[in-house]
Amino acid sequence: MTPKSKALLAGLTDQDPRSIGRAISAVENNTAEAADILSKLDQNLISNVLVLGITGPPGAGKSTLTSSLIRTLRQQKKRVGIIAVDPSSPISGGAILGDRIRMMDHALDSDVVLRSMATRGRLGGLCASAGAAVRILAASGCEVILIETVGVGQSEMDIVRLADITLMVLAPGFGDDIQAMKAGLLEVADFLVVNKSDIAGAEALCMDMEQIFFAKEEKSEIKRVLQTIATENSGISELLASINRFSHYIATTGIKEKRRDKAQTAETLDWIIEMLRPGLIQALEKDTGKSDPRVRAQKLIDTLKLK
Amino acid sequence: MTTKQTPYRVLIGKPGLDGHDRGAKFIARALRDEGFEVIYTGIRRTAAEIAATAIQEDVDVVGLSSLSGAHLRLFPQVVQELKDRGGADIPVLGGGVIPDEDIELLLKEGLNAIFTSGTPADTIIQSFTTASQQHRDHDAQK
Repeated sequence: MTPKSKALLAGLTDQDPRSIGRAISAVENNTAEAADILSKLDQNLISNVLVLGITGPPGAGKSTLTSSLIRTLRQQKKRVGIIAVDPSSPISGGAILGDRIRMMDHALDSDVVLRSMATRGRLGGLCASAGAAVRILAASGCEVILIETVGVGQSEMDIVRLADITLMVLAPGFGDDIQAMKAGLLEVADFLVVNKSDIAGAEALCMDMEQIFFAKEEKSEIKRVLQTIATENSGISELLASINRFSHYIATTGIKEKRRDKAQTAETLDWIIEMLRPGLIQALEKDTGKSDPRVRAQKLIDTLKLK
Repeated sequence: MTTKQTPYRVLIGKPGLDGHDRGAKFIARALRDEGFEVIYTGIRRTAAEIAATAIQEDVDVVGLSSLSGAHLRLFPQVVQELKDRGGADIPVLGGGVIPDEDIELLLKEGLNAIFTSGTPADTIIQSFTTASQQHRDHDAQK
């Protein structure tokens, strides 16, 4: 353990903003301190934290809803962590991380810890280090962590895995996009939030969604389709009340634990593949085979004895 | 992981009562196109909000834009707020409608570089790159 890692870990315990930021950077940039830090985090804090995923198409109001949730959680005296993910440019690798603009009301609140992250090439709606960032925020005393994904389409499912509870945010007027999503994210989200519910079409959207969520509601007896107007803070306490009831439900039925176990395995597999990647690229560069890509891949794996 | 250098993280902010964000957005996009991760905090922020955000986000550089004439007061305020929050090592670059005679004053107040409307985008990006790399090197030595 380097002195730098030790200092960062002590800073996390003290809830020092600079140390939290640096620890997340260490993990994001895969520096020498990353493993030191991650292996010494307070596991108790991590298992008790509530991780809420907020996902939905671009423009549905994810950032504004996140900001309203932060406000209400702060009224309840909860320390809140936020990970806001925006896409990296596939061309330059750069990114504009702009989710903060809608959350600046909380900039001077030391119990609101926000980290903007770029996807850095990952396609599932999150970044590779999101899980580690969640654990660092939890270890720095955050009791609730909100993860805002990039604006999603149909198949960005990473969030469902990482979060204890996933909220899908929709707004009226998205029409056929939502029809298309019925077979994807909608099936696995725990809550459906119809935001901008003062816009025409909200009622119809709710009725539509209630059909999809009917079966889930019956099981837990908790309302799963809720309406909000995030810009006016309307419907937020009701949403949080439902989330709290559901959080209790998944904790007492063992669902939360199962979800966490699954997430652990999946993230480990992700890291294995990520860590093997450079070696595989090297092997591929040395390989002169010209066969069909699938056949060639099989041969390479056999030579590397990875099976 | 790839051996490629990880992207520099910078904050672009507009302190004070100034709603003209064309320049700030132009620079933000230009930096993105050069591979920077740019945290954009929007218009009408206080120096304290910008500094607190820079610390939370662990940025390499803070870039400020002002077209309202309040740069002599607001830019040094951001430098001071960063210092107060343990971020004295984070370089602050500024740009906007800034008279030549103010540039020297701002540099004396701890600004790393000042750009005006005539500065070519390449020069600005080069300054961000140099300042970011210096910050990383400084960080690595600690």
